[in-house]
Amino acid sequence: MGDWMTVTEPGLCAESNNISQYTSETKMSPSSLYLQQVLCSSIPLSKNVHSFFSAFCTEENIEQSISYLDQELTTFGFPSLYEEPKSKEAKRELNIVAVLNCMNELLVLQRKNLLAQENVETQNLKLGSDMDHLQSCYAKLKEQLETSRREIIGLQERDRQLQCKNRNLHQLLKNEKDEVQKLQNIIASRATQYNHDMKRKEREYNKLKERLHQLVMNKKDKKIAMDVLNYVGRADGKRGSWRTGKTEASFFLRNEDEMYKILLNDYEYRQKQILMENAELKKVLQQMKKEMISLLSPQKKKPREREDESTGTVISDVEEDAGELSRESMWDLSCETVREQLTNSIRKQWRILKSHVEKLDNQVSKVHLEGFNDEDVISRQDHEQETEKLELEIQQCKEMIKTQQQLLQQQFATACDDDTTSLLRDCYLLEEKERLKEEWSLFKEQKKNFERERRSFTEAAIRLGLERKAFEEERASWLKQQFLNMTTFDHQNSENVKLFSAFPGSSDQDNLTVHSRPRQKKLHSVSHGSAICTSKMTKSLPASPTSDFCQTRSYVSEHSSVNVLNITPEEMKPNQVGRECSNQTWSVASRPRSQEGCYSGCSLTYTNSHVEKDDLP
Amino acid sequence: MNFSEVFKLSSLLCKFSPDGKYLASCVQYRLVVRDASTLQILQLYTCLDQVQHMEWSADSLFILCAMYKRGLVQVWSLEQPEWHCKIDEGSAGLVASCWSPDGRHILNTTEFHLRITVWSLCTKSVSYIKYPKACLQGITFTRDGRYMALAERRDCKDYVSILVCSDWQLLRHFDTDTQDLAGLEWAPNGCVLAVWDTCLEYKMLLYSLDGRLLSVFCAYEWSLGIKSVAWSPSSQFLAIGSYDGKVRLLNHVTWKMITEFGHPAAVNNPKTVVYKEAKKSPPLALGHLSFPPSRAGACPLTATAESRYEVASVPVSLQTLKPAADRANPRMGVGMLAFSADSYFLATRNDNVPNAIWVWDIQKLRLFVVLEQLSPVRSFQWDPQQPRLALCTGGGKVYLWSPAGCVSVQVPGEGDFLVLSLCWHPSGDSLALLSKDHFCLCFLETKEGTGAAAGLRDGHV
Repeated sequence: MGDWMTVTEPGLCAESNNISQYTSETKMSPSSLYLQQVLCSSIPLSKNVHSFFSAFCTEENIEQSISYLDQELTTFGFPSLYEEPKSKEAKRELNIVAVLNCMNELLVLQRKNLLAQENVETQNLKLGSDMDHLQSCYAKLKEQLETSRREIIGLQERDRQLQCKNRNLHQLLKNEKDEVQKLQNIIASRATQYNHDMKRKEREYNKLKERLHQLVMNKKDKKIAMDVLNYVGRADGKRGSWRTGKTEASFFLRNEDEMYKILLNDYEYRQKQILMENAELKKVLQQMKKEMISLLSPQKKKPREREDESTGTVISDVEEDAGELSRESMWDLSCETVREQLTNSIRKQWRILKSHVEKLDNQVSKVHLEGFNDEDVISRQDHEQETEKLELEIQQCKEMIKTQQQLLQQQFATACDDDTTSLLRDCYLLEEKERLKEEWSLFKEQKKNFERERRSFTEAAIRLGLERKAFEEERASWLKQQFLNMTTFDHQNSENVKLFSAFPGSSDQDNLTVHSRPRQKKLHSVSHGSAICTSKMTKSLPASPTSDFCQTRSYVSEHSSVNVLNITPEEMKPNQVGRECSNQTWSVASRPRSQEGCYSGCSLTYTNSHVEKDDLP
Repeated sequence: MNFSEVFKLSSLLCKFSPDGKYLASCVQYRLVVRDASTLQILQLYTCLDQVQHMEWSADSLFILCAMYKRGLVQVWSLEQPEWHCKIDEGSAGLVASCWSPDGRHILNTTEFHLRITVWSLCTKSVSYIKYPKACLQGITFTRDGRYMALAERRDCKDYVSILVCSDWQLLRHFDTDTQDLAGLEWAPNGCVLAVWDTCLEYKMLLYSLDGRLLSVFCAYEWSLGIKSVAWSPSSQFLAIGSYDGKVRLLNHVTWKMITEFGHPAAVNNPKTVVYKEAKKSPPLALGHLSFPPSRAGACPLTATAESRYEVASVPVSLQTLKPAADRANPRMGVGMLAFSADSYFLATRNDNVPNAIWVWDIQKLRLFVVLEQLSPVRSFQWDPQQPRLALCTGGGKVYLWSPAGCVSVQVPGEGDFLVLSLCWHPSGDSLALLSKDHFCLCFLETKEGTGAAAGLRDGHV
């Protein structure tokens, strides 16, 4: 049994080595490193186990230990270490295969367990860190909770304080109000007391006055007198008349009459003024109405036709009304009859005008936005074009500089000998040469184009010839057939078919001509200037240039109309300007009316210029 | 701008005759009548005592000189220098004397307002009006001279009597709903009478000529009320200046308020022009200060101190006085206001901003110009013909404003001539400048040359 053991031991070691190798080979993941470590660490452990086993099993108790192990293993469900006894009497033999299998299984189990343990440990670690994290979170949240609770308490406290304060203030206000009431009462009572006292005093004073009057006036005061040289005539030349009872009454009546006359005159004057004012206002209203109608009607016809027919009809109604009214000479009508019509129509039109203006405003703003966008897009294109152009120019300039440098060098080389005139001539010659070169290249290009065209033409002609030939042939055959079968109707269909087939050729021809035209155009453009630019232009143009133009035109017209409508607010500014001018140059004497005139004149010119400015683009 | 030589004067009594031909002035007990253009003495009358009040009759034929201390009135005729008239009120005393609009009657108010005596120069008749109210402006005549409105007080109630001036017949007599009537004034067209209550209560009552109450206007309660009132010459507006520093404009159709002109110490509207009088050079030695400026706040402006107007950039804060709250008649509120002759402008002075004159544009109902002087404005008066305002501050200068600009002119002459008051000639061509004991005339160029000439001479623009 002893050598048996020794045989098995290295095998086990080798096996474990094998396994480790196997694992390291199969799993080259970073985790395998760890596994290897674990395996390495398990090797000394197995040694320990070995020593433990050696304590467990000695030379003497091999049998017992084997049986014990067998028992243990069978209880754990492993197959028995012993061979199946052939007979009951025979001694049970140790089955080495079973032992090895068991060992192997145990080892596998062990490894599995180790792996599981590792997993569990890592999970444990993970969970531990999670736990820590959660705990820290929990602590944080708890803190937050605490702080928010404290805050809430603080806020509640503040709220309470504020409420308290508010209550106090309310109380104070109430008190103040009461106080005010009280003071007012006091004032009132004092005022009544004061008035009462005043009255008392005034009565006393009146009594005193009365008494004084009696004392002073009643005794014949010789002093109170008028000493006149002679009485003068009245200002109106009349003589003073004696008053008697009769005359007094008549005087009184006359005075009353005169008073009422004066009052009447005044009222009449005022009525006249008011009438005049009314007439003026009516005139203004009428004029406004007319202008509104004239302003609105053309627009009504064009864009509003579809949108709102109701307003259109309203306007037309109003126009009819206005016509009738003007025929009836509405100035003579009393206010009640005219007023309502007039004001109503004005109101309606005003509403229309307002909505229209608003719409215009909207449109203007929209157009502005769109315009900005368009400009953005266009500007990019422009940008590219511009850069290309500039690059070209730079190229040209560089060439120019080069030639100039060459010329200069030549000049320096032959500075002393050559005349300036010859140099100049040379220059001109060079320039001319350059130009000729350019022209030459142009001509070449043109020629190339012409060639190409001619080729295409010839091709087309050839094709045409071929087609014609085919056609001729067909016709000949057809004629022949017709000739052969004069009376058969079936052939008519075929004729139609042939006719159709004949058409494509002609359409092809058309296509050809169409194709050729743009080329000609291109040639023209080439002769006029740089081909790139024009092509670009034509490329950028096709985005419905006409519609664009329309838009801009409509925009301009709208803009101008808006400005016309906005004249009144604009008028304010010139006023100010005028005023400021007058402030600085006040030495020029001018009365307010003339100033007004000046301002209005200013504003008029201002607005005019404004409108003109707008119309220009 | 030309100045006449300086003449003597007492009690600021110097007046142009209503027809503009003459100029009457009083020196102690002498009355001097001069030709208004040549300033030659035409007549010289000698009164019995120092004259305290002098007034031309409406037809420019008579001059009334009142000597209140002696209870005497003396009347002089311009046509007949030898004609004389002396009215003695005797022991009843005299506190006020005035002409009736026809120029043939004199209304004398006795002491304690016991009665008004109407003396006729045509007949021997004497009329008495009892119970006149002792108030600032208790008598007012319509502009056409037909009617007189008189404030009365009977049985502790205010009444207004409307009298026909031609025969002193009572036309209407009605009580007014006022605590203590303070004044009354006819509208220039003579059809509306404005009656206002004492300053303790803001109340403006408007009566028709036939005694009907047209409207009552009350802007606020409790605090001090109306301080000054002015009708526009067109009778279209009634401007009411009050202790709260505001002017309220009433219209003549509904008698409701059109607008309210506040007088804040800060001018913020950039459309308003602020002319600020600025000192040009420091005032000279104290020896020149013959007339010491009385007020502590007033700037000592000697006659030689040069100053000119500058256009101050808005916003401007004006110099304000803090009114003493514990004194009666506090220096606050709009105490002076006057419409220009064409009713286009209204000039006001807020008494707690005494250095400034506000000129309001009545057409646009907004502040037009503010003139800030170096010292408090003593008096201002509109040209009777055109929108031109003359003002004085008790210094040696006279200031003129018109919509075209602003001029300050030094009054030439030896010594100081401190202009305390001024009055326009009815034609607007000349201006009488009054100092404590002298006066001189200031002739303004006719319209075409005004600005240039003023600029050429010592006027500083």
